Amino acid sequence: MNAPAQTAPAKINFVQGLHMALDEAMAADENVIALGEDIGDEQGGGVFKITKGLSTKYGRHRIRATPISEQAIIGAAVGAAIAGLRPVAEIMLMNFVTVAMDQIVNHAAKLRFMSGGQTNVPLVIRTTTGAGVGFGGQHSDMLEAWFAHVPGLKVVMASNPADAKGLLLSAIEDDDPVILIENILAYGQQGEAPPPGYRVPLGKAAIARAGTDVTVIAYGRAVNDALAVAEAMAGEGVSVEVVDLRTIAPFDEATVLASVEKTGRAVVVHEAVRAYGTGAEIASRIHEELFDTLKAPVGRIGSTYSPVPFSPPLEKAWIYSQAQISAAIRATIDFKRRA
Amino acid sequence: MPDQNAVPDRAILLDIFRRTTLINRSDERFRALLTQGKLAIVYYPVRGQEVLSAAMMAALRPDDYLITTYRGVGDQLAKGIPSKLLWAEFTGRATGTCKGKGGPMHITHPETGVMVTTGVVGSGLPIANGLAIASQNKGDGRVTVVSFGDGASNIGAFHEAMNMAQLWKLPVIFLCQNNKFGEHTAFADHTSVPSIVDRAAGYGMKGVKTDGNDPVAMYNTAKAAVDRARAGDGPTLIEAMTFRMLGHLFGADFSYVPKEMTAAGIADDPVPAFRRQLLEMQVAEAELAAIEAEVEAEIDEAVTFAMESPFPEVSELRLDVVAQEIAA
Repeated sequence: MNAPAQTAPAKINFVQGLHMALDEAMAADENVIALGEDIGDEQGGGVFKITKGLSTKYGRHRIRATPISEQAIIGAAVGAAIAGLRPVAEIMLMNFVTVAMDQIVNHAAKLRFMSGGQTNVPLVIRTTTGAGVGFGGQHSDMLEAWFAHVPGLKVVMASNPADAKGLLLSAIEDDDPVILIENILAYGQQGEAPPPGYRVPLGKAAIARAGTDVTVIAYGRAVNDALAVAEAMAGEGVSVEVVDLRTIAPFDEATVLASVEKTGRAVVVHEAVRAYGTGAEIASRIHEELFDTLKAPVGRIGSTYSPVPFSPPLEKAWIYSQAQISAAIRATIDFKRRA
Repeated sequence: MPDQNAVPDRAILLDIFRRTTLINRSDERFRALLTQGKLAIVYYPVRGQEVLSAAMMAALRPDDYLITTYRGVGDQLAKGIPSKLLWAEFTGRATGTCKGKGGPMHITHPETGVMVTTGVVGSGLPIANGLAIASQNKGDGRVTVVSFGDGASNIGAFHEAMNMAQLWKLPVIFLCQNNKFGEHTAFADHTSVPSIVDRAAGYGMKGVKTDGNDPVAMYNTAKAAVDRARAGDGPTLIEAMTFRMLGHLFGADFSYVPKEMTAAGIADDPVPAFRRQLLEMQVAEAELAAIEAEVEAEIDEAVTFAMESPFPEVSELRLDVVAQEIAA
C-alpha cells in the first residue's frame, strides 16, 4: 500500500484510496491518529479493511481499536484534537452517529467559537452508509443534512476513489472538524489512481462533465448516476453538465451558480430523502441568485420520505432512480411559464 | 497508600486557603451583584464546594489539563484563570477569556490548562480521555482532571469514558463532586448505589471516596491520584463529598432540600472550618487576613475591569466559526 509511485496501480478502489490517505497522513505527521471499532490488525483491520496494516505499521497508540462506545470515541477524538493531535475517528455506520451527536454538535462544532478561537478541533469523522445493501432502517441512512445545518462542521463526500483519497487528506489537514461520508456500495468501485500527495481542496466542486442545457448538481454515488443519465441523454441531443460538489457544506456556490447561469436549468440529486434535504438549500440559493435567468424551477431528486425498508423491491423503490433524474432534467427543458 | 491524614506543608495549605478564599469571595460577589441587579446572568453557585476545588487544583501542575462544568467557577479560579479575564467572560465582554463568545458555561483558557467547560452533564468525561490520549502519545507528563457532579454518573458518557480510560490506562482523574443533589433531585433518588465510587470497581478502576470539605484529606487524595496518573499507572475515580449550600441556579427554589440537611451543611461550612484549622495550627490571624484582603482587591479590580470593558463587535459572529472568516 505504501509502494513507490512507479509501481502504484493505474486503478484503485475506494478502500485503497482511503487507506492511501490514512497511510500518507500518518507517515507525514505523528500527530495523526485513528480511533474506531475493529480498526486494528488484531481485529482484521476494520470491517471494510480500510485500516488494514496500519496498526502494525504505526502501533496501537496511533491506531486505537475502541470499545463499541461512540460517545467515548468522538469525545476522545475531540479532546485529542484540542490537545494538538489530528484524530480520524471512524464511526462504523452513519446511523451510529446518533449515539455521539452531543460530542459532534455541542462540542466538536462549537469549541472553536465558544473559546473565542483559543482551541480548535482538527477532527475527521469517517463514516459509511447507503441503501441498497439490505441492512434495513438503522444501517442505511444518509444524514448529511443534519451536519450541514450545524455551523462549524464541514461535510464531504467523494464520487470516485481518487477524490476519496484527496478529500480525506485535505480533511485531516484541515483545522476544523470534517465529516467524510463513504458509501458501502461504492467501496469496490474502481477509478483512476491519484498521484502521491493528491489532495482535493475542501469547498471546491468539480465539473464532472461539461454541458450546456442543464446542470445536475450531485455528490457521492449520485454523481455516477448523473453521469450515466448525462451520457444517455446526449444521444437525445440534451447536453447535461454534471457538478460534483465533493464538499456538501460549505458548498461551492461560485461553481454551482456559474454553471447554472450558463445552462439556465438545474436539478439537484442526492440519496438522502428529498424533504428537508441539502438539495433544498442548494435549490434555494440558485433561486435567490439566478431567478431572473432561470428557464425553469430547480428540480430536486432524493429518496422517498420513509425509513429505508428491508424487502429488496421496497428498497429499490425507496431509493432515487436514474429514471427520476432524467425525468427531472426533461421537466426543466419542457417547462412552460403560465401565460 | 499514602496516609490521608498526613498534613501537607504549611505553604501548600496556605495556597489551598488562598484558592478557597478566591472562590468563596468571587462566588459571594457574583451573587451580590446579581441581587443588586448590577449583573444579569445565569449563575450556578459553588458555595460549600470551595475547599474541594481548591485542594484538587493545588495538587496539579499549571500545565495539567482541566475540564469542568457549568458549575465550574471554583475549578476555573482554582486552576489559575486570572480573575479579570474570568469576570470579563462571565459578563460577556470582549476582554474575556473567550472574547465574550463562550460565557459562564463555556470558559476556556488553555494558558492555565482549562481546556473545556461544558454545559452538558457528563460530556466532559469522554473529552478528558482525549486530552489524556494526547499526553500519553506525546509523553508530555500532563495529567487531565475532569470535574463533574453526582448527577453525571448516571449518564452514558460517564460509563463509556470510565471503561475506555481504564482500558488504555490513561492519565486522567475523574473528580466527582458529590454535592448531594443532581439539579433538584436528592442523591438517593437518582443513583442506584450508595456511593458513586462503588462504580469504579465495575471498570477495574481505582476509586477513592474522600471528604471534599476537608482540605487535608482532599489534597492528599488528589495528590495520590495525580502521582498515580503521572507515573503511568492509570486513572482514578475520586468521589469527593461536599454539599451545595444553595440552589441549582442562583435564585432558584431550594425548598426541596430538607431543613435539617441545610442546617447541617451550614454547620459544616468548609470555609470557616478551614480558617479555624489554620489558626489552630498557629498560622497568624494577620496572615490569613492579608490573603483575604489581597483576594478582595483582586476581585475589586476584576469587577471594575469587566464592567468597564467593551462588549464584542458584531463582526465576531463571523469569526471562530471555522478557521476562516465566514461570509456575512
